[in-house]
Amino acid sequence: MIGYALKRLGLALLVALAVSAASFVLLRLSGDVALAIAGEGARTEDIDLVRKTYGLDRPLIVQYGEWLFRTLSGDFGQSLYFKTGVTGLIREKIGVTLVLAFASLALALVMAVPLGVLAALFPNTWIDRLSLALAVAGQALPNFFFALVLVMIFSIKLRWLPVSGSETWAHFVLPTLSLGLYITPPFMRLIRAGMIEVLAADYIRTARAKGLSPASVVMKHALRNALVPVVALAAVQLGFLLGGSIVIETIFALDGLGYLAYQSITHKDFPVTQAVLLILSVAYVLLTLCADLVNAWIDPRLRVA
Amino acid sequence: MAGLAEAGAVTALPELSQRALLWRRMRGHKGFLAGATLLVLIILASLLAPWIAPHDPYAQDLTKRMIPPIWEASGQWAHPLGTDNLGRDYLSRVLWGGQISLLIGLSVMVISGFIGAGLGLAAGYFGGRIDLAITFIITTRLALPVVLVALAVVAMISGSLLVVILILGLLKWDRFAVVMRSATQQVRGLDYVAAAEAAGASTPRIILREVLPNVAPQLIVVATVEAASAILLEAALSFLGLGVQPPLPSWGLMISEAKAYMFFSFWLIAIPGSALALLVLAINLVGDGLRDVLAPDGRA
Repeated sequence: MIGYALKRLGLALLVALAVSAASFVLLRLSGDVALAIAGEGARTEDIDLVRKTYGLDRPLIVQYGEWLFRTLSGDFGQSLYFKTGVTGLIREKIGVTLVLAFASLALALVMAVPLGVLAALFPNTWIDRLSLALAVAGQALPNFFFALVLVMIFSIKLRWLPVSGSETWAHFVLPTLSLGLYITPPFMRLIRAGMIEVLAADYIRTARAKGLSPASVVMKHALRNALVPVVALAAVQLGFLLGGSIVIETIFALDGLGYLAYQSITHKDFPVTQAVLLILSVAYVLLTLCADLVNAWIDPRLRVA
Repeated sequence: MAGLAEAGAVTALPELSQRALLWRRMRGHKGFLAGATLLVLIILASLLAPWIAPHDPYAQDLTKRMIPPIWEASGQWAHPLGTDNLGRDYLSRVLWGGQISLLIGLSVMVISGFIGAGLGLAAGYFGGRIDLAITFIITTRLALPVVLVALAVVAMISGSLLVVILILGLLKWDRFAVVMRSATQQVRGLDYVAAAEAAGASTPRIILREVLPNVAPQLIVVATVEAASAILLEAALSFLGLGVQPPLPSWGLMISEAKAYMFFSFWLIAIPGSALALLVLAINLVGDGLRDVLAPDGRA
């Protein structure tokens, strides 16, 4: 197990390094950063001056090395638009995004586990069909459109919830619904498929034959095993939620990392964009690492790779 | 004699041909039928837009702004789905907008399909170091958040239909690669691949003639899922103002332009939003159906 963990950790570090290089190069190659800093319609002399001051005239690899070194020591540089340190800016906003991501994940699981289990227990009945229909419909609805429909119903028509901002818990309700319901279908499908497979296994027949109550068989024996792949999916979806919340945070002006990223992109504030991109990617690498380790711990057969 | 007759019957069954069998299974799949019908209707409506759209989708008429659709009291038959804030006919814009979504879905699917299937086939067929290197590239790509990278790059280059297609095509090959890699690994060890190798067939020939046809079902299923996902992503980018640019009638962009009027004219959002949802629903139903029919073990 320790050997596997070390190997997996080494791979995660390499991927994180590759991701940092990829995000750095992507943003540099897709546009002239000096022009972005100097602003539209700047004179050539000004752009050259900016290029010198910011060290943008040096080879890309040197710039990357310096950026990586500073980043590793916790300094993400200065924001061009907000005119403050990027590190402080991120520390200020990351909480909102984490709350939103975990609340959405919790909502998705609360919806998906009972529906998935019921669908598996009564396959091809109305309850199975209903949850399948919900899953199919949920995957087809664009989440920004769904968010606007929620705003229309709960904020404009019923006036129960605020339209935008992030001051109180009420501001989080609609964003959580929009994101949580959007990621529910894959969980539901996975739990349904897993439960159907597990319920057909021999040890479930044995448990039933021993005379255990149906509830105990389903909850203790079947569900626990069906939840194993859910750990990996939850890690991947959490990564998606951190990155995918950019659309939802922007719609609701929820002041988290996603909204910060959107603002930085529209204002060509590349140090902020780069920092958020790096943080989200590294978070994804860490999450999948954790999921792999947890799965290997639960199921020793997975420790070979 | 009876034995012979039976043997005859058994050999007669495959005469029904794989294709006919597949066709029969597809016709029996309700979800697939519903999805395919809806998809054909949407494709027809979009392609025929130049002939069936009642108005020019770009023609502005400021005297006819914000006419509501016909199901509201002041609707007019001249504009069945009403008009937008610039007096453009909404039905015409929705029909023409379908072309954009279909074009995005198809071209992103082709670009990312080529990249992803190529990488996946190579990794699965050659194994060893090549597999290790490609798996590393896939893992790195998976760690990058697509929406954020696409938004950032589009903002730097400035958005257009072509830029959006290229960026999404270059970003969204990951699922193709993952699925093709594991499907190829499974086919790789089978006898007919070994037979082709022993017969001295060249590697490209084996990959294209022996491996590819046998992993095609999984490829087709991923392709439908990815087309739907590309359509949703384009809509999200255009909705945020960093995708397809005005005055093109992209459904995502139409929702974005209607946001300012959602208080009194929610139909401006509801119509393109429903069109988008219907198209994605149709493609997903077709994809689910194809998965059931072509790749029943659900690997894709």
